Amino acid sequence: MSKFKQQFLAGPYLIWIVGFIILPMLMIVYYAFTNADGGFTFEYITATFASETNRKAMILSLQLGLICTGICLVLSYPLAMILNNMQIKNQSFIVFIFMLPMWMNFMLRILAWKLLLSKNGVFNSILTSLGFERINIINTPAAVVLGMVYDFLPFMLLPIYNSMTRIRKDWIEAAKDLGAGSITIFFKIIVPLTVSGIISGIVMVFVPSLTSFAISQVLGGGQVLLIGNVIEQDFMQGMQWNAGSGLSFVLMIFVIASMALVNLFDKDGEGTAIW
Amino acid sequence: MKKRMLCCVLSAAMLVSMTACGSSNDSGSNKTGETITVLNYGKYYDEDALKQFEEETGITVKYEEYESPEEMYTKYKAGSIDYDVICSSEYMVQKLIEEGEVLEMDFPSMENYGNLDASILELSATYDSNHTYSVPFFYGTLGLLYDTTKVDAATVSSWDCLWNPAYKDEIIMENSVRDTFAPALISLGYSLNETNEDHLREALDILKKQKDDGIVYAYYVDETADAMIGEEAAIALCYSGEAALAMEENENLSYAIPKEGSNLWIDSWFVPKTCQNKDAVMKFLNFTCRDDIAEKNFEYVLYSSPINSVVENMDDVYKNDPSICPSNESVSNCEIYVSLSDEDAAKYSTLWQELLSY
Repeated sequence: MSKFKQQFLAGPYLIWIVGFIILPMLMIVYYAFTNADGGFTFEYITATFASETNRKAMILSLQLGLICTGICLVLSYPLAMILNNMQIKNQSFIVFIFMLPMWMNFMLRILAWKLLLSKNGVFNSILTSLGFERINIINTPAAVVLGMVYDFLPFMLLPIYNSMTRIRKDWIEAAKDLGAGSITIFFKIIVPLTVSGIISGIVMVFVPSLTSFAISQVLGGGQVLLIGNVIEQDFMQGMQWNAGSGLSFVLMIFVIASMALVNLFDKDGEGTAIW
Repeated sequence: MKKRMLCCVLSAAMLVSMTACGSSNDSGSNKTGETITVLNYGKYYDEDALKQFEEETGITVKYEEYESPEEMYTKYKAGSIDYDVICSSEYMVQKLIEEGEVLEMDFPSMENYGNLDASILELSATYDSNHTYSVPFFYGTLGLLYDTTKVDAATVSSWDCLWNPAYKDEIIMENSVRDTFAPALISLGYSLNETNEDHLREALDILKKQKDDGIVYAYYVDETADAMIGEEAAIALCYSGEAALAMEENENLSYAIPKEGSNLWIDSWFVPKTCQNKDAVMKFLNFTCRDDIAEKNFEYVLYSSPINSVVENMDDVYKNDPSICPSNESVSNCEIYVSLSDEDAAKYSTLWQELLSY
C-alpha cells in the first residue's frame, strides 16, 4: 500500500518529465534526423561541421566558453580560499552575499551591463569627464565574455568553496608538523582535494557559456554569432526547424559528455548541490 | 471533505467572476445583440472611436490585441476564438490569402472606400490585385533615422552613406534579414524581392564589406530607437514608426527616405474565414475609413494614414515630417515585400547567418 502511495505521489512529476522534458527531446531528435519533407537524413547533423557559418559559430562559442571558464577559475579559486580562511563566525552570510546577484533576473543584469558599457554609457561618461580615452568594447566578443563571467562566476565559486570547506584543518596542521611548506600544502593537499569542485565548476560555467545566446545578443549587438544564436535564428527567424534541431542535438551531445565528465570526478554530488 | 467543499466554493466564485468580466462589455446604449471580434496590433485603434462605433451602430466590439504578425498567426490558427476582422502586416495578409484563410468581400462598394489614397491602393495590389481581400489602415516606410548634429540631410538622401567609411562604428543596421538586405539590393539596382542567388550574393558581399570596415555599430531591432535617442550612433536603418517615436524623445534626430527608393509596408484589415457577421464587419470597416474616425486614429497612432482627408488637414509639422507623411515621390519609388517561398526564405536565412558570423 505504502509503495503504491509513493508511486502515486510521484505521478505529477512523472507527467511533468514526460510531457515537458522527454517528449520535447524526442521531437528535437526527430527533427534533427529528418528533412523538411519528413524523410530521414544526416544532412543537418553533418551541417554542424560542414557549413562554414556553423563551424565559425561553433569555434567562436568554444573559444569564448573556454576564455570565460578560465577567467572564472582564476577569479574564484583565490576567492574561495580567502572566504574559507576568513575568521568570521557567520561564513554563510558572506556566501549569501555572493549568491545575492543570482537572485535577480540575469537578463536584467545583462541589460544593465549594456547601459554601463555603451558608447555614451556610464563608464564612458566617467572616463571622458576624467580626461581618459573611451573604452569601446560594447558589441565585441570582449563584452560578451565580460557578461558571461559576471553571470556565471557563482557557478564556479560555490562548488570550489564547498569542496574547500571539507578539508579538515588538522590535515593541514599535520602537514605543517611534518615540515611541509605552504606551497607543498597547496599543491599536495588543497588542490587534489578540491579537484571535484574545480571540475564541476568548470562544467557548470562552460556548458551555459557554450550554449548561451541571450548574452551575446544583448552585449554583442548582433555582431557576435554564437552557436546558440544560430539555433535561435533557425527557429525564430528562418523557420528552419530541422537545421536548428540538428545543431541542438549535436550541442546536447557536448553537454551530456561534460556531465559524464563531472560524474567521473564528482562522486559526492557537490556540484549539483546548488542547481 | 471540508477542503473539497472549499475547493468547490472557490472555483464557483471564480466562474462567477469570470462571466461577470465577460458580460461587462455588453452595456451599450442601443445594443442590437450583434457582436464582432476584432484583432489588432497593440495600441493601434483609438478607444474613443471604438466606443463611438458601438454607440452609433449598437454592435458590440470585442477588441483583442497582439504584438507581432507571427503571434497573430499563431493566435488565429489556434482557432479558440472566431475572429471577425483582423489587421496585420501585408506579408502576413498575403500569406493568409495564399493559404485560403481570407474571405473575398466587396470592399470597393463601401461608402467611404473613396476616401482611400489611390497610390497606396495601387501598391497594395501586389498582394491583393482586385482589392477584395484587404483594406489599408496605416502604412509606413523603411528609411534612415539620423542625428542632425553628425550628419546632414544631403548625406542621407542616398543609401550610399551606409557604406561610407567616415561613419566607422556609427551605423546601426536592422537585425532582420530582409530589412538589412534591402539597402544593399537597392544600391545594386535589384528588387527587394530578389531571389536570384547570384544577385543576393552580391548584396551579401557589400554587406560583408560594410561589417569588415567596422562601419556597423550593431544590428538592432527594438533597441534602435533607444540607441539613437542616447546618441550612440549617427545613422540607423529603421522603420518610420520607430523613427517617429525616437524623434519625439530627441529633437536632434530626423528621418529620411533615400532617393533610390525603399520598402513600404501597409497594415491592412482582412476578414478571416472564421467571420460570423460579415455585415457588421463591413459597417466597422466603413466606419474606420470615415474621415473623422481616420483623423482620430491618426492622432492616436501617428503613423502615415492612407485616408486622403487626414493628409490634407494635417498640421504642417506633420506634413513636413517624412516619417509621418512621406512625399508622393518617395512612396512611388517604394516597393512592397512579397512573402517568400520556404525555399527562398531558407536561402535568405543562410546568407544572413553567413553575414552575422563573418
